[in-house]
Order: sequence, then structure tokens, then C-alpha cells
Amino acid sequence: MIVFQPLLLTLKVASLATLFSFLAGVALAWFIAHFRFPGKEWMDAILTLPLVLPPTVLGYYLIVLLGRRGWLGQFLLNNLGISLMFTWQGAVIASAVVSFPLIFKSARASFESVDQNLEKAARTLGSSELAVFLRVSLPLAWRGMLAGAMLAFARAMGEFGATLMIAGNLPGKTQTLSLAVYSAVQAGNDALATTLVLITSIVCVLVLVSSGKVLKSSYTKEVDR
Amino acid sequence: MKSSLLKRGLVIVMVSLPVFALNSVTHKSACAQQELLVSAAASLTNAFKDVGKQFEAANPGVKVVFNFASSGALMQQIDKGAPVDVFASADQKTMDQAGEKRLLLVETRKDFVSNGLVLVVPKGSKLVIKGVKDLLGAKIARIAMGNPETVPAGRYSQEVLTKAGLWEALKPKYILAETVRQTLDYVARGEVDAGFVFSTDAIVAKERVRVAAKAEGHQPIRYPVAAIRGTKKLEISQKFIDYLLGSEGQAILARHGFGKP
Repeated sequence: MIVFQPLLLTLKVASLATLFSFLAGVALAWFIAHFRFPGKEWMDAILTLPLVLPPTVLGYYLIVLLGRRGWLGQFLLNNLGISLMFTWQGAVIASAVVSFPLIFKSARASFESVDQNLEKAARTLGSSELAVFLRVSLPLAWRGMLAGAMLAFARAMGEFGATLMIAGNLPGKTQTLSLAVYSAVQAGNDALATTLVLITSIVCVLVLVSSGKVLKSSYTKEVDR
Repeated sequence: MKSSLLKRGLVIVMVSLPVFALNSVTHKSACAQQELLVSAAASLTNAFKDVGKQFEAANPGVKVVFNFASSGALMQQIDKGAPVDVFASADQKTMDQAGEKRLLLVETRKDFVSNGLVLVVPKGSKLVIKGVKDLLGAKIARIAMGNPETVPAGRYSQEVLTKAGLWEALKPKYILAETVRQTLDYVARGEVDAGFVFSTDAIVAKERVRVAAKAEGHQPIRYPVAAIRGTKKLEISQKFIDYLLGSEGQAILARHGFGKP
């Protein structure tokens, strides 16, 4: 079916993008929340930039960086023989970059709202920094990070501009739902566009409802304890 | 102290923004300037910007606003009610479709330029391509062209490759672009090994791409222009079309590499 291919691709790209931005976002948020260093707020601003910049600007950065003649792209091509342009992996990178600040921001806020006395108590009881992170900070900040991940997933599903620029719009290869809708409208295929739009809307509602449930259940568990 | 100054500055900006916005709106309506909205094929970008400037100079009080995209996308916009006055397409087919949808003032339709299709490669490319047959070579992994559904240059490319019996065989190599200018950009950046663009596009990027071969076997490429049904500026629209066909307009277009219609 012409509709399922972009749907599956979109889910694959959005899931992987969320995974990557989650790992990077949580790590950097923890770093910023826990250390004091000069230029900290500048770093925060730069990491939040993808949220503010137009996706086309990000797309351009990515082309300049990862294109076959970009400095990182050239390295990848010459040493590993891979090029990310016009591939679904490229789309994952675009979506990950765009959705990264959503996780980073909410993770930082969550880490900073963790009661420092609890962390200090754990340290006085002999926990290592890693143990403090895994057994105190992370469980207490978990909900906020999950909420951020949900938003990031939703944002990654709708990614358009940066994806179009780096991954192109290749049916069956890099054509995600948002790109398929764009192509269908451009070509005047309103029937296909309507189908795709309805599917996208339904999937997004399902994602929002189910993630809301996950959040709620983890919250009630916490309260029960 | 510093932050309160900053805050005060922000408040001033936020309060005054709507005033500026309002001011520009009222200013616009007070002026007698007429805006002509021209939707034009992406390949006309550079040439039409020049034409627009000269046309404005020759017609004081007229401002030409361009909307460049693939001809197919522009036609869809017009079909959905975009308030366009003049439409210039890079092929007859799109204009015919617009005619069938009764979007045009048919009597204003005229062909105003011709163009050619070429196969271009990145400037430094060492690949030897003398004709479309060479695209089968194993070293050529990516071939860019406009999406044939909406981009006229892509449709001509498909015609060329189909006639050469290569369309199916080369399919895994295609990188479909949204406009002919995107194809050109992909080649110029070296992201693809070769691409199909109009000969006028190759001139625009002659520092970054090299014409490897002429692409033959397509319908003659003639660009039509027409005023859109429902335009409230028919007189200026007609003037613009006449200007394109007149000696001044033709001279500008020829300077950008376009042929006589």
C-alpha cells in the first residue's frame, strides 16, 4: 500500500530520532544541571537553538556538515564509504537534531527540581556519583524526561524542512508522511493527501493518548510508594 | 540595574511592534501602487527578476511580486485559489492542464521563450559521460532530476530516458527534486554524480557544474505565459505579457540564455 510505506518509515525515523536525542539530551542536561562553569547559559542557549531556528537553517547546517563535500561528510565518505545525504539515516539525524531541545530542556528542568538534599544524603551514605545518578536523580527526574521524549517524538514525526533538505523526498526511501502529504498536494492528488492527513492525525492522537497514560501510571506508582 | 533596563527595552519593543505593523498596513492601502503577482517556473528565477526590475522602471506605480516554484506546484496553488495574476510555466502540459481547469484567460496565452535540456556533472567530476547511455556505468550512483509529476524538467528527462530505453534500468539511481533548481544545487554541491537541468540553469551555475551532454529526444521545450481568470489587474497583466514578448523583454531573456519562442 502506498500509504503504509511512509507511515512505517515515519515511525521508524521518529523512534530512532527520539532514542538518540533522548540519550544525548539527558546526558547533556545532567551535565549542565550539575556543574557550574563559565558560559553555561551560553551552552544551554546553543543546545536550545534547534527549537528556535527555522528547520531550513538546520537543514543547511546539516548539508554543509554532512554533505559529500561537508567536512564531516567527506570524512565519512572517504574513511567509511557512507554518505548520509538522501538516506533514511539522514532523516533520523535531521529529526533528532530538531527534537533534541525538547528533551534537553525538560530533562534539565527535571534534574534541577530534584531536591539536592536527597542527592547529598545518598553521597553521605557512601553512594558513588554514578549510583546517585542512577538511583536518586534519574528516578526522580524520570517523569519530566518522559514528557520531553513524548514531545520530541511528536515533533520528529512532523519534521519536514530539515528532512527535505538532507534526506530529499524519495518515495519508498526517504518519503515520510509529512513529505508524502506535501508531494500529494503539489501533484494535485487530493484523495491521497486526505488519506495521508487522516492517518497522520489518527497516529498522532494515539501517540499522545498512550504516552499520556504511561505518564499517568508512572505518576500514580510514585504516589503509591 | 542592567536587567531592569533590558526589561524596559523589551516592553518598549513589544508595545511598539503592533503599531509598526498597523502603520505598514495603512501605508500600503494609502499608496496607489499596484502589485502584480506572477507565478513563474523555477528556471525563470534569475531572468524574471531582471525582467521585473525593468518592467517596474518602465511602469511607475507597478510592483511585480514573483512566486517561483515547480510549474506543477504553481498550477495547483492557482487551482486552489491563489490570487495570482500571471502564470508562466516551463512546459505546455502544465499550462494545458490549467486551461482544462478553466484557470486561464485563454486569449492571453502566448509562448515566450524556448530552452534546451542538458546533462550536467559537478565541476571537478572525473566521470566520462558523453551521453545518457553512459549513466548505466557502475560509478554513477546518483542521478538527480525533477519529480516528473510536478517539475517540467523532470518530465522532459523522463521522456529522454524512456526514449533511450533506460528509464527502468536507471530507476534505483534517481534522486527526485522539488524544482529544477534543486536538481542544479544537488549537482553543484557534488551530492549526486549527474543531473538533468535546462541549459539556462547550467549557465547560472557555470562555475560549479559542467555540461556533459545535451539530452535529446524530448518534445520541444517552449514556455507559455497567460493571465489568470479572475485577475483584477488584467490591464497590467497584459502589459507584462506584452513586455515579455517585446524586444526589451526578449533581450533580457536572451541574455540569460533563453531562445526565441
